[in-house]
Amino acid sequence: MKITFSVIAGLLATSAVAQDNVLTVYTYDSFVTEWGPGPVVEAAFEETCDCDLRFEGAGDGAALLSRLQLEGPRTEADIVLGLDTNLTAAARETGLFAKHGISPDLDLPVDWTDDHFLPFDWGYFAFVGNAGDPAPDSLRELAASDLSIVIQDPRSSTPGLGLLMWIKTAYGEEAGTLWQDLSDNILTVTPGWSEAYGLFLEGESDAVLSYTTSPAYHLIAEEDESKVAWAFEEGHYMQVEVAGKVAGTDVPDLADRFLAFMLAEEFQSAIPTTNWMYPAVVPEGGLPDGFETLIEPARALLLSPEEAAAKRDAALEEWRAALAQ
Amino acid sequence: MARRPGSIAALFVLSLIAVPIGAVIWTAGGIAGLNAADWAAFRFTVWQALVSAALSVGLAIPVARALARRRFRGRSALITLLGAPFVLPVIVAVMGLLAIFGRSGLVNTVIGVLGLPPMTIYGPQGVILAHVFFNLPLAVRMLLHGWLAIPAERFRVAAQLGQPVGRLLEKSMLRRTVPGVLAVVFLVCTTSFAVALILGGGPRATTLELAIYQAVRFDFDLGGAATLALVQLGICVLAMAALLLTDVPDALGAGLDRTVDRWDGSTVRDAAVLGLAAMFLLLPLLAILQSGLTGLERMPVSVYAAAGRSVLVALASMTLCMGLAIAIVTHGRTWPRIVATLPLSLTALVLGTGLFIVVFPMLRPSSVALPVTALMNALFALPFAVRILSAARDDAEAQFGRLADGLALKGWARMRLLILPRIRRPLGFAAGLAAALSMGDLGVITLFASGGQETLPLAMFRLMAAYQTEAAAGAAVLLVALSLGVFWLFDRGGRVGAGT
Repeated sequence: MKITFSVIAGLLATSAVAQDNVLTVYTYDSFVTEWGPGPVVEAAFEETCDCDLRFEGAGDGAALLSRLQLEGPRTEADIVLGLDTNLTAAARETGLFAKHGISPDLDLPVDWTDDHFLPFDWGYFAFVGNAGDPAPDSLRELAASDLSIVIQDPRSSTPGLGLLMWIKTAYGEEAGTLWQDLSDNILTVTPGWSEAYGLFLEGESDAVLSYTTSPAYHLIAEEDESKVAWAFEEGHYMQVEVAGKVAGTDVPDLADRFLAFMLAEEFQSAIPTTNWMYPAVVPEGGLPDGFETLIEPARALLLSPEEAAAKRDAALEEWRAALAQ
Repeated sequence: MARRPGSIAALFVLSLIAVPIGAVIWTAGGIAGLNAADWAAFRFTVWQALVSAALSVGLAIPVARALARRRFRGRSALITLLGAPFVLPVIVAVMGLLAIFGRSGLVNTVIGVLGLPPMTIYGPQGVILAHVFFNLPLAVRMLLHGWLAIPAERFRVAAQLGQPVGRLLEKSMLRRTVPGVLAVVFLVCTTSFAVALILGGGPRATTLELAIYQAVRFDFDLGGAATLALVQLGICVLAMAALLLTDVPDALGAGLDRTVDRWDGSTVRDAAVLGLAAMFLLLPLLAILQSGLTGLERMPVSVYAAAGRSVLVALASMTLCMGLAIAIVTHGRTWPRIVATLPLSLTALVLGTGLFIVVFPMLRPSSVALPVTALMNALFALPFAVRILSAARDDAEAQFGRLADGLALKGWARMRLLILPRIRRPLGFAAGLAAALSMGDLGVITLFASGGQETLPLAMFRLMAAYQTEAAAGAAVLLVALSLGVFWLFDRGGRVGAGT
């Protein structure tokens, strides 16, 4: 009975959606929580657009893409927000995305030429440890040390895949050897970021794979200076988070306006202290206090989406072979 | 006897499994072969599940025996609390285990004070430790029902004849009960994913479930995912076939449900067994409570709304599950029970994906997130409920069936007068388990839910993902309290006046 009722309620809800001023944005879960940018962004955009902005949270970035692939051209999404450059090659291949037609003025350490996807924030992957503990200067030094780290599984997690690409980009042919050297430092591998970060905070490991901006959270939100990111000589691999317009959207103008809004002041100024990443366009007032304490990598590493997609399977095999021994 | 409701229930369950998997295969355009990595995952999955099941059940026997033959203050509370690990969400349980056995956990702190080298939980030993932690309580409870089902009269006869209870009564009861418990625990362990990965220490500990996750999320290889899901179902069917071969009926007569006052066995040894088991199972739980209490006040209001939703989903799921389970066990034949066991080997990700494919053309998936979650949770709890109720219902029929036939008791009257009173205790336990399992589940909801429909486990997980570690720990405490609460409520209901 309960189920029947809900099904009817669902039918009613579906018919209510078919309005021409509703913009549906698929994004990852943490974007829409009350700590994420979602609420601020929604309020700010709705003030100017005379529309209803609806976020639909769907797991993480990879889950977001598989959700879209499942739904295909019939998807209700107008915008997909939260893929990263490891996923954009596959996303473009689905043919579900339209070109954005914007020539953005971005504050990214790398050039941006993608005509389908626009970045809304970015960050560097880094190992985050405790202040005062010994901090290695490079991946190689970490591998030679007896420090313990927790990483995420590249088969199920975005940061995990980021580390895979980081080591592949920095070490190329020698990546497999580096993974072998690292294997005795890896306390364990978790399915996602949350579990890994939780283990680190519980004191299980000396460091965890996260972002250079993670210490900013502890500093700004908790006034806790005890977390630091390790700066590595090889440079740091970047994560660039992007959004794209769905080709089959029934509100193309609204979608375009949203993409423009995404790079504007109100959206961008919410990013640093809600998503804890760097904004794609630095707001007029600069970055929040505390961000100046973060390490700034000497070199930014990033593979193009096509390279990342091409190298992924071989890099994954290297990783598995090295750690399965 | 009425078979139709049981057949309908079993066919309903079968279609809930076959339709989504069929939809996934149809979307993928066929199934795929297994590669070398999949085979490695298969071998590891089966190996760790066998070891975990053998250890869980092996350790559960002395614990269940001690509980069966001792009466003491707090015994009832202990039995309820011992059930807790089984219904905890995986990540909560893992954090609790790490607080005790982790690198900076209690055990290593003590070892460090003694000047001994630290022990590590990460590796195959950790996977097995965690699986024993999860499944020992389930095995204890299922075996305990076996013990309580031995009629007191038989103990009396054994005492009069001066015969050892162990050889005469317990051995034959265990011979009947243990294979089923082993099979259930084995199958539970074959679908392990996060525990195996986190405590297994890396890709060495890749299970089939992780391979499925990778196929869906990482490669969008639905054919591969469907193949792996079918392999899991195959394992389940084989295990159930093996179980049928070991099946032996109970040849002795019925009893009058008197409480047994036992005279045999060593009290000291039983106390030691119970003490150790309680420490192993309850210390991680205490660690979860202790680390979460400060977080309770930091929880946002939305967590309470999520908790309310979880309670409703749990109650709906429990009701549906018990309805299906009762229909299936009263059917009497074996095939509906085998069908009801299949969900043990189902992966929520493939099933959820299949349902998504089915639902999406008709409805907005997020608009049915909660009903779908309740339905799926009922499905996932069904194998336990059927397993728990089967033995009790069969005993009731074997012992009183002819009498009931003679009185022409049929249909609802037979159910009300014979079956329900005889299965009350396992019924309460099964209902509690179904509700609590649903409460802690974080499976299909992640595929369907959008902003406003999160359940408590999902809310907790989202807190963790937003750096809100303390609030997440608080939500974990609330989750443990609610899971144990519903479990206790129903389990207690089944035991009122039962003399135990």
